[in-house]
Amino acid sequence: MATWKRTRGFWVSVILAFAFFAVVEWLIASGTLNVFYVNTLFFMAINVMLAASLHLIIGITGQFSIGHAGFFAVGAYASAVMTMKLQLPFAVGVLTAGIAAMLAGLIIGVPSLRLKGDYLAIATLGFGEIVRIALLNIDYVGGASGMTVTHMTTWPWVFACLFVTILVIANFTNSTHGRACISIREDEIAADAMGINTTYYKVAAFAIGSFFAGIAGALYAHHFYIIQPSNFGFLKSFDILIFVVLGGLGSLSGAVVAAVLLTIVSTFLQNYPETRMIIYSIVLILVMLYRPTGLMGTKELSSLFKWRKAAQGGMNHGGKNTVA
Amino acid sequence: MAAKTPLLKAENVGIQFGGLKALSGVTMELYQGELVGLIGPNGAGKTTLFNLLTGVYVPTDGRIMLDGETLNGLPPYKITRKGISRTFQNIRLFGELSVLDNVKVAYHAHARHSMLSSILRLPSHFRGEKEMEEKAIEFLKIFQLDGVMHEKAKNLPYGQQRRLEIARALAAQPKVLLLDEPAAGMNPQETKELMKLIAFIRERFALTILLIEHDMSLVMGICERIYVLDHGQLIAEGTPEQVRSNPKVIEAYLGEEVS
Repeated sequence: MATWKRTRGFWVSVILAFAFFAVVEWLIASGTLNVFYVNTLFFMAINVMLAASLHLIIGITGQFSIGHAGFFAVGAYASAVMTMKLQLPFAVGVLTAGIAAMLAGLIIGVPSLRLKGDYLAIATLGFGEIVRIALLNIDYVGGASGMTVTHMTTWPWVFACLFVTILVIANFTNSTHGRACISIREDEIAADAMGINTTYYKVAAFAIGSFFAGIAGALYAHHFYIIQPSNFGFLKSFDILIFVVLGGLGSLSGAVVAAVLLTIVSTFLQNYPETRMIIYSIVLILVMLYRPTGLMGTKELSSLFKWRKAAQGGMNHGGKNTVA
Repeated sequence: MAAKTPLLKAENVGIQFGGLKALSGVTMELYQGELVGLIGPNGAGKTTLFNLLTGVYVPTDGRIMLDGETLNGLPPYKITRKGISRTFQNIRLFGELSVLDNVKVAYHAHARHSMLSSILRLPSHFRGEKEMEEKAIEFLKIFQLDGVMHEKAKNLPYGQQRRLEIARALAAQPKVLLLDEPAAGMNPQETKELMKLIAFIRERFALTILLIEHDMSLVMGICERIYVLDHGQLIAEGTPEQVRSNPKVIEAYLGEEVS
């Protein structure tokens, strides 16, 4: 019974998440949801995955990384090469995307995570640009004109990837390993003195974060028919960073809510192309003025529902998707 | 005493920062179960010595040994796992974490469930977390902090933050506990309670304690032996009485009453 009490919030979220999946699946199959909305929904899910994965690196572990679009790009191109050049199934592409991005994360993380604060930010920004320029100059993947990719991303794929991303990140955060990461964010010297292998956990968070950014890249590549290096510039990195900061550093639900809301705002504003960026920026400024700690602060949605046990980790983000 | 081997030993330890010799030729021995004080004027190198013992700095000279094992060059987290744990002069709690979680972090090194088991929520994860929680609550009860265990650490009053830091250091299950000015900023009443607490945990956990302190009544009252540092060098050691009457110590404190 004790276990049931502890995991009640979790199972409710899982059921809500699957109910949401079934409803959307039915709406798509019956054609009620037109292509525009489906597109927005997929884009939203991809943004949520990116936000959640960067949340693990910045919000939980406190490592200020602003090259997240680099991992997104590595995933997108790795999966596209698998499916388009090597004719392998989509599943292989998705998995390769995650692993390739994770390897990139390890290669970047091991040397650069010695750096702190601003210096780490500059190093990761540099990485993002290196990836973009490299892709621009590799003819095998089409250089500046990019690669055309068959549409393979379907709602079950999007849902499954999103679900696993949120679940893994929430489970990781809500365990002793996540607490080790938070302790690094709070005070690295004290964490070290308490027996936490800080390098290991920083690299681990970085690797898990980049893995899911890579998966998001695979979904993205196989949804929009074409990928070009210009889609993965540092502005994309900043978009993801904004989700995390706007949602509230340290709150997974915050990052998810911010990603969903900003995707909606940005899609809606496509009707007003001249003023789009101005309005978008004003929205950001207003939120930061009135909620300087972000939409959720460090709180999780679950803590609003007094499920005390789940309060630290917020297992009910699966259900969060229902907002979408 | 001479027959026993010391638990923690610093042998001719020194460190240079550029051309500045912060510490030199410090030799110190701590035996199992001892409570030893480390005093000295401001800037004498007391905290630097703590940082050497816990691996924050690597000594440029000499050797540090725990139970006959050389610790030089090991990273701090490994030294903590070998059995040296500490508190900080300027409290360093994990402010946004709850009191309970602060203690759990220190117990992390003793957790046996892997990252994968936590991600997949295997039974070993639940077992491990449960054991961790029980242990952490046990420590908090000793320090009478169980009533505030769900508070954020940064919201605790100062005295409780100091106590929590000691609780957290103990949760790492050290053999040697290093306390860096535990009574700093406390009133006489709180200091008295702290003395009792230190004596109690020492008995209860069979600890060896090294204590930096400015509050002479605390040092003289509970320490069996005292080392005195000045300008990066040991100038005296001995029982409180010996140290108190040592002319070098009196001089270092510039005639300050050592009583």
